[in-house]
Amino acid sequence: MSSSVNIITLTIDEKQVGARENQTILEVARENGVEIPTMCELKGLTPSGGCRMCVVEVAGIPKLLPACMTTVSEGMVVTTNSERLKKLRKNILELFFSERNHICAVCASNGFCELQLMAQKVEMSHVHYPYLYPHCEVDASHNRFVLDHNRCILCTRCVRVCDEIEGSHTLDIKGRGIEAQVITDMDQPWGDSETCTLCGKCVHVCPTGALIERGMAVGEMSKRKQLLPYLTQMREVKT
Amino acid sequence: MTPEEFNKIGEKHRNKRDEFTHNIRVCTAAACATLKSEEVKKAFEKEVKEQDKKKTCRVSGTGCLGLCASGPLVTVNDGQALYAKVSVGDVKDIVNNIDKKPVKRLEIPADTPFFARQTKIALENCGTTDPESLEDYLALRGYESLYKVLTEKTQVEVIEEMVKSGLRGRGGGGFPVGLKWSTVYKALGDKKYVICNADEGDPGAFMDRSMLESDPHSILEGMAIAGYAVGADQGYVYIRGEYPLAIKRLRAAIRQAERNHFLGKNIFDTPFSFNVELRLGAGAFVCGEETALIASIEGKRGTPRPRPPYPAQYGLWGCPTLINNVETLSNIAPIFRKGAEYYASIGTEKSKGTKVFALAGSIKNTGLIEVPMGITLREIVFDIGGGILGDKKFKAVQTGGPSGGCIPEQFLDMPVDYESLAGVGSIMGSGGMIVMDETSCMIDVAKYFMDFCKSESCGKCVPCRVGTAQMHRLLVLISEGKASMRDFELLEELCDVVKSTSLCGLGMTAPNPVLSTIRYFKDEYIAHIVDKVCPAGVCVMESKEEVVL
Ligand SMILES: Cc1cc2nc3c(=O)[nH]c(=O)nc-3n(C[C@H](O)[C@H](O)[C@H](O)COP(=O)(O)O)c2cc1C
Ligand code: SF4
Repeated sequence: MSSSVNIITLTIDEKQVGARENQTILEVARENGVEIPTMCELKGLTPSGGCRMCVVEVAGIPKLLPACMTTVSEGMVVTTNSERLKKLRKNILELFFSERNHICAVCASNGFCELQLMAQKVEMSHVHYPYLYPHCEVDASHNRFVLDHNRCILCTRCVRVCDEIEGSHTLDIKGRGIEAQVITDMDQPWGDSETCTLCGKCVHVCPTGALIERGMAVGEMSKRKQLLPYLTQMREVKT
Repeated sequence: MTPEEFNKIGEKHRNKRDEFTHNIRVCTAAACATLKSEEVKKAFEKEVKEQDKKKTCRVSGTGCLGLCASGPLVTVNDGQALYAKVSVGDVKDIVNNIDKKPVKRLEIPADTPFFARQTKIALENCGTTDPESLEDYLALRGYESLYKVLTEKTQVEVIEEMVKSGLRGRGGGGFPVGLKWSTVYKALGDKKYVICNADEGDPGAFMDRSMLESDPHSILEGMAIAGYAVGADQGYVYIRGEYPLAIKRLRAAIRQAERNHFLGKNIFDTPFSFNVELRLGAGAFVCGEETALIASIEGKRGTPRPRPPYPAQYGLWGCPTLINNVETLSNIAPIFRKGAEYYASIGTEKSKGTKVFALAGSIKNTGLIEVPMGITLREIVFDIGGGILGDKKFKAVQTGGPSGGCIPEQFLDMPVDYESLAGVGSIMGSGGMIVMDETSCMIDVAKYFMDFCKSESCGKCVPCRVGTAQMHRLLVLISEGKASMRDFELLEELCDVVKSTSLCGLGMTAPNPVLSTIRYFKDEYIAHIVDKVCPAGVCVMESKEEVVL
């Protein structure tokens, strides 16, 4: 760590905290025991800022800012858990659930799912938006993994881990808006992919049951995310 | 290059222009071109030749003359006579009468409010130059501002001049141009970029296209001045692939400017070098958002990223980058030619200068106009626009496209400036202005714009991706008479969620058309939901029996 990084102080939820000036609000909050809900963020991957669960209020700025991508500054006053934020987070999570077909009772990740867990955390009791029930495919062409678009929340963790850590960029996104979808290679069946190295990182960073190992039955697919910080550390040592 | 040498270039072309006693200009911008104005131009060339007037009459193409509803348009001697709806058959008459009185049957009098009420700065050369001719641009004192700036002013002085002019960004946000330039100037970095945002994607808007098609050199000149001010040596024009004519003319203009050393290395023998390249967009509205635009130029998927950091600090390939809109940049050269004080003397206290609007919808004179800020909506709609088509009753005017709102009749006398428009729940936007009469249904309008946002959302963030789909679904239900008041409350709640939590401007402003129609036309929503009728008679309702079931 270079010594040229300045140390600053800021306020998070009325608590005075110190931080390095290149840290994000999320990092500093976590160091100080303030929990901010996140869905797409995963330590070790470049943040995307897409899930909007981590939005916080910063005094003097009219719009809400994503804690995962906003760097701290001297004297900043951050609120992470106002009533308004709590309500908005619940609404956002409901939108997640209403988008595709999240039927937990028949999902391999039931019980290990971050989306499920988040619903409990933000105290979401029900989804009051109509379910959109889109028609989504399941790609079971790969001999080790299954990609079930019905469970995908487009957090792009898999896309990022495949590109940034594994370096093969097999996964990407096609389409816009509500039609956006994860694809493998040039939108070919995963089983035909020539770039996939079968490393399985995508499966283990996936927060839901969208990416699972073949042959997993309901409630069997737990994920091993703890590998990731270790891998990224290795990458940092190398470079 | 000495000032004398430079002045000589302009003079030479002015003299050449003056050799002709009559300048016949045929509009060849897209709207007139689709009405076969090229054939009219050819007919003029042929007629002039046959009548042996080649020595005195010059026939050329020109950019948009504004009154697109009445094309093809032709001017003689830049405003001496203006002819509308000229067909090949009319050409003989016009040439016959060129030394005499104008042909009455085709003529539009010069004091028509459509022209008399406008103030042209950004569109100054539209209609008086041939967009494909560098000589024409030079004859109108083109590149003089760049010469003055490079030889007489420091970077800081240029920025001060921009601050003084009070010009604000015309791409929608209205951010002060001088301030933006100074942040990019101050940002540290060996390499900086200037980007011209020509990804005009608002439905119904065609200001930027017309400017690019009519006067491409003024945009290049504006970019070069901006490049000098902020310390950039490379510019990009990010232009929609759907604008083939604008692309062609811009390409030609870049080549001409390079060949004559108005772009390239050591411009006017100063240390300043500046190159411009084109990058073509592939038709995504969201790529007009600056961070998505940068990603697209970098060859990535065009999705926005959270700001800060702003492009001024961290832009193209991580370098400080200035992004300005086409109209913003086309104001630069005129400002340095006429002086910042002149520019600042037009408009209102906080909104200086002029604004270009694309008038469309249920209005008599559709077309491109440039008006001083602070003009009232009534003047635009009823004087310049000539009133409502078929003399129907005015209902609302929509500004700002999918990010804007509908302004009802009670605000017709409100001045048009950034603050006033925002105050009534709309925005200035990039300049699309759609006039609606009593036969338009506000739910239908809101539904149309929500459909647009839903399909143009990039899908990166949840509130916009799912929220716009949900809102569109609710609006469809309302328009079909299948919604309940609970759905209406849901719609209002979604507006708040999407507006407050979306990542980029697209999502943050997507609820605006709904919010503004709820604000001013709530009774129409109620009529659709409770009484199951569409007061304007646009929406087809399910029969009442079915709803009960
Ligand atoms: C969804 C979205 C679409 C946009 N589209 C355009 C566009 O088509 N043209 C444009 O000039 N600016 C567009 N903008 C605004 C740009 O992000 C940016 O603010 C502008 O180019 C800055 O130029 P200015 O300061 O000269 O206005 C868009 C913004 C958003 C959020
Ligand atoms: S607001 Fe819409 S367009 Fe903007 S990043 Fe989010 S999904 Fe993409």
